[in-house]
Amino acid sequence: MRRRVRGARKLLFASGVAVLCAWILVPIYLIALGAFGGRAGVFKWPKSIWPGDASLDALWSFMRIEGVWQAALNSVIAAVLTMVFSIALGLPAGYALARYPFKGADAFRLMLLMTRAFPLAILALPLTVVFIRLGLYDTPLGVALVHTALALPFAALISAGLFAGIPREFEEAAWVFGCSRFTAFRRIVLPLALPGIAAAAIFAFVISWNEVFAASVLTVTHRTLTAYLLAVLSESPLHYRFAGGFILIVPSVLFIFAVRKYLFAMWGVSNR
Amino acid sequence: MQNMTQGADAGHVARKARGDVLPYLLIAPAILFLTLLFLVPLVQTIALSFTTGGAWSLGNYARMTGDLNFGVAIRNTFMLVIAVIPLQVALALGMGLMLQKLARGRDIVLWIWTIPLGVSDLAAGLVWLAILQNTGYLNSALFKLGLIAGQTAWLNAETPVTLFIGIVLAEMWRATAIVLVILVAGLQLIPKEFGEAADIFGATPWVKFRRITLPLLKPSLQSALILRTVLAFEVFAVVYALGGRNFPVLTGEAFVWQNENQNYGVAAAYAVLIMAVSLAATFIYLKALRARPETQP
Repeated sequence: MRRRVRGARKLLFASGVAVLCAWILVPIYLIALGAFGGRAGVFKWPKSIWPGDASLDALWSFMRIEGVWQAALNSVIAAVLTMVFSIALGLPAGYALARYPFKGADAFRLMLLMTRAFPLAILALPLTVVFIRLGLYDTPLGVALVHTALALPFAALISAGLFAGIPREFEEAAWVFGCSRFTAFRRIVLPLALPGIAAAAIFAFVISWNEVFAASVLTVTHRTLTAYLLAVLSESPLHYRFAGGFILIVPSVLFIFAVRKYLFAMWGVSNR
Repeated sequence: MQNMTQGADAGHVARKARGDVLPYLLIAPAILFLTLLFLVPLVQTIALSFTTGGAWSLGNYARMTGDLNFGVAIRNTFMLVIAVIPLQVALALGMGLMLQKLARGRDIVLWIWTIPLGVSDLAAGLVWLAILQNTGYLNSALFKLGLIAGQTAWLNAETPVTLFIGIVLAEMWRATAIVLVILVAGLQLIPKEFGEAADIFGATPWVKFRRITLPLLKPSLQSALILRTVLAFEVFAVVYALGGRNFPVLTGEAFVWQNENQNYGVAAAYAVLIMAVSLAATFIYLKALRARPETQP
């Protein structure tokens, strides 16, 4: 009797896990069907959940629409720039936080954490005026600057955690053997921290790739993919919307897969 | 190392002085950047919201509160936050505890559950649009089961309740993952010995959850709640993808005033309002969920 109860409980637990997996995966499968089904697929009634007439044509015809390629390219440029900026600025800051007990370190850490209590993307609103004056308005560079403000605090806190996890003695040993601080950092610390830094960089890429509000406010003709999709949302046919949504999802899902090992290290440290 | 710094010759003094400056040099670029792209725009937004035609005034706020959509946007945004956040925390907590019990396949399950972490709010809205639109998969399924006679609209202005539920579903689907990740990171920090000790004294799973897991998870719960609530007050693209203008929210109104009405002042007033609400929520969480350090491992 007891064993049967335990068996039933096990089954219940397993089906709970399975249902939650389906809750995540099925909607992605369904928008993929919508993206590959094309015009005919959207109006088919009632729909089947099996990929009957799915083809790449639908996705291709979406990509051939005027401006879509360019928007995707702008998104990639903005995301790569965000990645570069936030690592270039965040890495040294993280190193300082991890290695030096300097005055003001706590205040700096607090400043980084405080940015989270603000809806940062909304701060793009007053920047339009400044950006027009500086020639940054409607450029992927301008979008990337705002996205860097979003990603930089994460990059700094994540790399602080990474560096704190590398024993200081490694570096000190290198100094003893005559390495300069920089050489010791480059030859000893950097290689050890590199996978984690790559994860932080990918995270910055995803933040930029997915951001809608600031990108929409700061661009008119050189829109990023999210800004483009938002702008044409009301007038574009459903199957194009699904194709756009699907194309937005694919790279970030792959990237999250790539950094899955670091997700908890990143959140565990950036969180306290 | 200690012997080296004790030496008083010039070289070591120089190195020590450089050591004092170095951390500041390292954080200077980040501080400069955040000043220019966080603090300055913050001040600008506030200033912009309080000026009309070059003079200080409350005109923007008067226009904002006098707008037809204002009350609706406030109500909708708060309703979403109040509906979504508790559901998300409960779901993420359940998922986190399930993960701890999972004997095999933990990594793959964890990856699947965190996929939405990479999905933008716009894409999430479009995903649920594919399911909930008139000829979508929900209607198809209901039709085949004989529950509805034909295509039924769920996302219209005439069906505000189902539109709201649709948005809640999309938000639950998309943004529970971030809460899950923060809570799982927190659960991993709870020493196993506590639970084992409770087992020896015959504690039930519920008592263990109430007396050990929940109190020790407080700091993680706090950061998850702060992060999620701030983002939830910014909700915008999900709503637009699903319901267009049928469901006004605060950030959407800021966007419309900026991009379509070209009125930066009223848009800034909305931005200040959203910021004030976010900061108030953060403050409440910091107060309400304060974990005394001596109660933490």
